[in-house]
Amino acid sequence: MGKLFAVVLTIITVISAALFAMHVWWPPVDISAHGPGIDHQLSETMLSAGILFVVSQLALALFVWQYGDRGDQRPIKVFPGGATPMVVFAILLVGAEVLALTLVGSKVWANVFMAQAPPGSLQIDVQAEQFAFYFRYPGPDGKFGAINPEKIDDASGNFFGLDPANDTTARDDIVSGTLAIPVNRPILLTLHSKDLGHSFYVPELRIQQDFVPGLLIPIHFTATQTGKYEIVCTQLCGLGHFNMRAYVEVMTQDQYSQWLTSQSAQ
Amino acid sequence: MSERTLTPEPVAHQHGPPTTFIRKYVFSLDHKVIGKQYLGLALLAVCVGMVLSWLMRLHLGWPSAPIPGLGKVMPTGAPGGVMTPELYLSLMTMHGTIMVFFVLTTAPFAGFGNYFLPIQVGAEDMAFPHFNMMSFWTTFVAFLVLIASFFVVEGPALSGWTAYAPLSAVGKDAGPGQGLGQTLWGISIAIFCVGQLLGGLNFIATTLDLRTKGMSLARMPYSTWAWFVTSVIGLIAFAVLMPACIMLILDRVAGTSFFIPAGLVISDRLQPHAGGSPLLWQHLFWFFGHPEVYIAILPAFGIVSHILPVFARKPLLGPRVLIACMVTIGFLSYTVWGHHMFLSGMNPFSAILFSVPTLIITIPATVATLLWIGTVYGAKLRFTTPALFCLGFISVFVSGGLSGFFLAQPSIDVYLHATYFVVAHFHFVMAVAAIFATFAGTYFWYPKMYGRMMNETLGKWHFWLTFIGVYCVFMPMHYLGLAGNVRRYSAFTDDYLQPLIPLHRFITVAALFTGAAQLIFLYNLFRSRTRGAPAPDNPWAATSLEWSTSSPPPFDNFGGRHLVVENGPNEYGVAGPAGDYAMQAGPALRPAASPSRLGPA
Amino acid sequence: MDDTLHASPAKTGVWVAVATIAMSFAAFTSAMVVRQSGATEWQLFRLPPILYLNTLLLIGSSVTLEISRRRAAAAGTAGLLPLPVRFWLTVTLGLGLLFVSGQVIAWRALAAQGLYLSSSPSSSFFYVLTGFHGLHLLGGAVGLSYVRHRVAGMPPGPARNLLGAGAIYWHFMGGLWLYLLLILAIRA
Repeated sequence: MGKLFAVVLTIITVISAALFAMHVWWPPVDISAHGPGIDHQLSETMLSAGILFVVSQLALALFVWQYGDRGDQRPIKVFPGGATPMVVFAILLVGAEVLALTLVGSKVWANVFMAQAPPGSLQIDVQAEQFAFYFRYPGPDGKFGAINPEKIDDASGNFFGLDPANDTTARDDIVSGTLAIPVNRPILLTLHSKDLGHSFYVPELRIQQDFVPGLLIPIHFTATQTGKYEIVCTQLCGLGHFNMRAYVEVMTQDQYSQWLTSQSAQ
Repeated sequence: MSERTLTPEPVAHQHGPPTTFIRKYVFSLDHKVIGKQYLGLALLAVCVGMVLSWLMRLHLGWPSAPIPGLGKVMPTGAPGGVMTPELYLSLMTMHGTIMVFFVLTTAPFAGFGNYFLPIQVGAEDMAFPHFNMMSFWTTFVAFLVLIASFFVVEGPALSGWTAYAPLSAVGKDAGPGQGLGQTLWGISIAIFCVGQLLGGLNFIATTLDLRTKGMSLARMPYSTWAWFVTSVIGLIAFAVLMPACIMLILDRVAGTSFFIPAGLVISDRLQPHAGGSPLLWQHLFWFFGHPEVYIAILPAFGIVSHILPVFARKPLLGPRVLIACMVTIGFLSYTVWGHHMFLSGMNPFSAILFSVPTLIITIPATVATLLWIGTVYGAKLRFTTPALFCLGFISVFVSGGLSGFFLAQPSIDVYLHATYFVVAHFHFVMAVAAIFATFAGTYFWYPKMYGRMMNETLGKWHFWLTFIGVYCVFMPMHYLGLAGNVRRYSAFTDDYLQPLIPLHRFITVAALFTGAAQLIFLYNLFRSRTRGAPAPDNPWAATSLEWSTSSPPPFDNFGGRHLVVENGPNEYGVAGPAGDYAMQAGPALRPAASPSRLGPA
Repeated sequence: MDDTLHASPAKTGVWVAVATIAMSFAAFTSAMVVRQSGATEWQLFRLPPILYLNTLLLIGSSVTLEISRRRAAAAGTAGLLPLPVRFWLTVTLGLGLLFVSGQVIAWRALAAQGLYLSSSPSSSFFYVLTGFHGLHLLGGAVGLSYVRHRVAGMPPGPARNLLGAGAIYWHFMGGLWLYLLLILAIRA
């Protein structure tokens, strides 16, 4: 029985580890300027966690193989050195690992979430609601109109509750269901929710951030490759949660300018 | 404290043996009956929770295929047997709530703890038998209230087991499942908190005050230690969850605005609330929620540390270190709740502050794991079913614990948050690990509780199918998460998720097989009750006090005897009077017989 | 005092309960602090004056409970407790119930001003905190009635122990109320 356990555990360990190591399922290719840092951190963690996984599972398998099913002739043995080496090992090795991961990882995190957006970032206002995202560009005046929740009316397309009649800055605001952005330019999104908690997740951009009702939450990134990618909601928001998504279209600067002109013409 | 010799009050056993059926089996004051009641509730709840997970898995594998019979049971939620998105989310919410509260908290902690904590410390009963009875029955009422949520017009609760506000707080405007069903969810959890507070009070007072002569803290079995530490964690955690639930219920029914900010437009209606904070709910919930993980897993630590030496036939390596690990984990569990909220919009700097203790908590967890593996080294392993489940526990705990390394780091959480990687992580480390310990405990203590042995052949089949099964179910979820598969989706219509559907189908098939394997356990459980071989008092040659009384124990646990404890719980591999072990109840080993003199290494 | 040699589950239990209840109120307090920071709708109101009378009643009940305990302490180690022990317990219970009635009057006074549970976060917290405290006080009153019932037939040693356990809870309720009154006076 002990040998069976050891063999089964070894097979499980080898298959599991191999599928990780072969990158059969792996994050999609990164298209953001900050993404390589995240991917590097992920790979480093995968390496160290993978080694710990294989070593500890195989050690368990080995000991079970060796010390199972024996008669009563051989005496029991205490692990060499007792519990002390375990504690020392855990504190030194895991502690060093923790320290290293924190030092490197905090920089990556700070890069994404704590640094200010570079000056000259393209500002876009993002609104999440059951079950759609809307994106607002300030228009030629560079200013966003004020949001009036009591004026929100999805039927007439006033998703943001703008008041163009009284608010001059709102008149040229451009509202779109797709997030169109130029490539290689810093983008500053300001997230707010119309109704409930939602989340903004683009796996390729290595960006995820919750929308919290009542808060304005800034996030910034720079896309480095053109293309069309999905934005999905990752915060449970009701029955249509699984279907709440939009697209981010990363364009060349020229395409973006054309897109903007065609939008404001509408 | 540990050296104080305690003399339990002569009035400790305030109640005599019950005579009527009701007092004996229903409103019993006997901790053993209450423990069995908790275990029975957990068994009922785990069956419900597992059926819910089967339905969810079937739907995820084949979203448009009708599930036979479901259309008849839930005509509104599954017209023609095809699950609606809202039913999926309700099943998911109920699955999580039932499993976390009514299975993982009740079985390894309240169930086994109630039955065995008083016996292991040599007491006749808990310190407050009436509170103990109330503890179970409030928990039972909480379960009924939660199940009632299935049968209300607006549909069962749908906000996930975390019930994030404002979705859970604004009421019917937010869509199906946000009516009475969600209110019942809040009421159920608030009642549950009361039950657990009454139970925890008992565990602590019993451990501190009702230990028999010679049972110093250092001589307490590790399971008792784990239940004790867990009670302390539980008291603090549930004491915070209850106020949170009260505020949530008031937001829903009384129009207050604890968690709902101003200016929300839901279903085209401007909500009348103003000034509440959704993050406040998250902070309060996770201040409870993270320690809750340890409420589930620490009793498992204790049970495995209690059982492993019995079948290794050698002492647990570093028993004091293990206890220190459990206490450290308990303490640290209150400093890490923010790691659930890295992306919630809280101050990004605090993410780093929460990340550090989260990573540090892996150190005591690593030490504990190494101690178990080190205990296996040089052992004389006896491969009984409980031993196999203990070994399985070590393996799944390692697998689940290591994925915590990823999620503890905000920089990686940016990508993996809210994906199946998280689902894989907490199922392995908390659910499967705690359930494996519960299985180990069941096979181990069943002879004591019912006076009959469980069938070993069936038990081994159960172990192998379950062990391989859980790896087939939960290991692939890591891969899904790495590929960016988000959780809590009722169907994967997104383009980038389409290629992952075959993997989902594999998981579904594995989950159905693993689930079916549990029928072996159920059959064994009920069959052994009448047809199992009669159990001797100490079938496993174990040391702790529960093995020094008859199987099952008499009403007052020791038949009027007051045991005097002479040895620690860890005396295996020694030259004892009855073999290679020495019972805690004596006779005392010579002082020279310490574990360090166990023959050549 | 032979009873101090006995471990007292009652006292341990009460201390644990006190710690738990303190934790719950800490949760409420932190919620209140979070909720008030940055809330523009935080409506200030004057606390109903009857609260101060209630405070005196509750302090008085703690005093009468101590009188009862002194009577019990004065009794020897044998025989039964003197009658005044139970009499002063009854007075304590009466004052406690008067306190709860006074709290209800305070609620009605607030409601008469148009401040209901949902009117403003400040009134929400007022009702929730006083209500939660009142419930725990009623629970304490039930416990104290049980103590009053039990001590009648007990030898003085265990009776003092039980009384002591009840007193810990009751005084804690008094202290908790002073704390609540303070934060409500500052914030409401």
